[in-house]
Amino acid sequence: MELLAFGKTGWGDELFIATLMTIAVSITAMLIGFLFALIFTPLKLSKNKFLNLIGNSYTTVIRGVPELLVIYLFFFGGSGAVMFVASMFGYNEYIEINAFITGSFAIGIISGAYSTEVFRGAIQSIDKGQFEASQVLGLKKFVYFFRVIMPQMLRLAIPNLSNVWQITLKDTSLISVTGLVEIMRQSYIAAGSTRDPLFFYSFAAVLYLMLTFLSMKLINRLEIKYSRGF
Amino acid sequence: MITSLPKLLGATVVTLKLLSLSLFFGLFIGLLFAILRLNKNKIINKFAYGYSYVFRGTPLLVQIFIIYFGLGQIEYFRSTFLWVIFKEPYWCAIIAFALNTGAYTSEILRSAFQTIKPGLIEAGKSLGISNKIIFYKIQIPVAIRQSLPAYGNEIILMMKGTSLASTVTLMDLTGVAKYIISTTFKPIEVFIVAGSIYLFMTFIIHNLIKFLEKKYSFN
Repeated sequence: MELLAFGKTGWGDELFIATLMTIAVSITAMLIGFLFALIFTPLKLSKNKFLNLIGNSYTTVIRGVPELLVIYLFFFGGSGAVMFVASMFGYNEYIEINAFITGSFAIGIISGAYSTEVFRGAIQSIDKGQFEASQVLGLKKFVYFFRVIMPQMLRLAIPNLSNVWQITLKDTSLISVTGLVEIMRQSYIAAGSTRDPLFFYSFAAVLYLMLTFLSMKLINRLEIKYSRGF
Repeated sequence: MITSLPKLLGATVVTLKLLSLSLFFGLFIGLLFAILRLNKNKIINKFAYGYSYVFRGTPLLVQIFIIYFGLGQIEYFRSTFLWVIFKEPYWCAIIAFALNTGAYTSEILRSAFQTIKPGLIEAGKSLGISNKIIFYKIQIPVAIRQSLPAYGNEIILMMKGTSLASTVTLMDLTGVAKYIISTTFKPIEVFIVAGSIYLFMTFIIHNLIKFLEKKYSFN
């Protein structure tokens, strides 16, 4: 227990901050994923074959390639790509991108592929009559999407999104290879300096279990909220 | 891009070995724990549930690190014969993968066992077939058929999971890809080659499962 003391003698406060970092990265990645899903879900549902192909190749490639490989691509290629774009605008200095941004972007793209599949499935299983009825009623596209389709879609999507959240949360452990100090990296540092890997990695496992357990509880409440009337 | 291909293909063999061995052991672990989950004894039941909960609720990376870095710390453990296995990163990775995929497989098989129609078992009983034969000849084949689509996904997830072996010094496909990237600084080219190899494997697994599904469909 001394090892977990707060302050200079133990690793308690460091691990606490690392846990917050894990939560922050997971939430950022999840939101970035939603952004990607917002772009790619319409593409996957579109009748245009070319747009369809783009949407399908995004989800197929990302879901068929290991997360670690995607993270390495962003870690090694990210700053190069940004520098390339910057050089087009006449900025030629070296740019180093923050590990937090690269990490959450890489995980976000992965989580986005899973979210896209979830939203596609949810929209496709909404009754066709709902779309037709809102057209007949002459609802504006904006109202029709946010007031009619969205609430029904969310009810169907939330249970599957909770799986995506779990995957995202666990994937953030992989960002530790880029040096971002989240739970896994902090345990690695602590294990290295105290020579007690068994304790620290087991503690990391407990922290992850706590996070998944608590988030499941929260999501269950959301699920109840969105399935009112069913 | 082309010069890296032979190295990456060589590393693919390591990935495939890791995948097949961990799936092999994982299937037995999964079947064992699925049967334990269906046991009416509450303690056994809770134990099996706890196993799958812990392994599904923590990242695979933590599990590998606990097994590879953690277990070696116990003095007593190092003096037992098990140390011969646990000091090799290769076997540590396989053990971690097998335990992880075992947890997921046990959930898949459990739900498959639970969705078998009671009529099938009753029919077997009324024909006077013994419980053991009902289990091996009726329940297991039907459950395997039921769980094929979900298990196909699990195989693909596990294939992606084997990339974590590179974190414990194994040179699998991802490990070699990372090495080439960090020596040549050509992340995009290497990503395209290594990614295509992974996608090709995903494609093969996907179609294999589809074929099996068709072959063993009920109609």
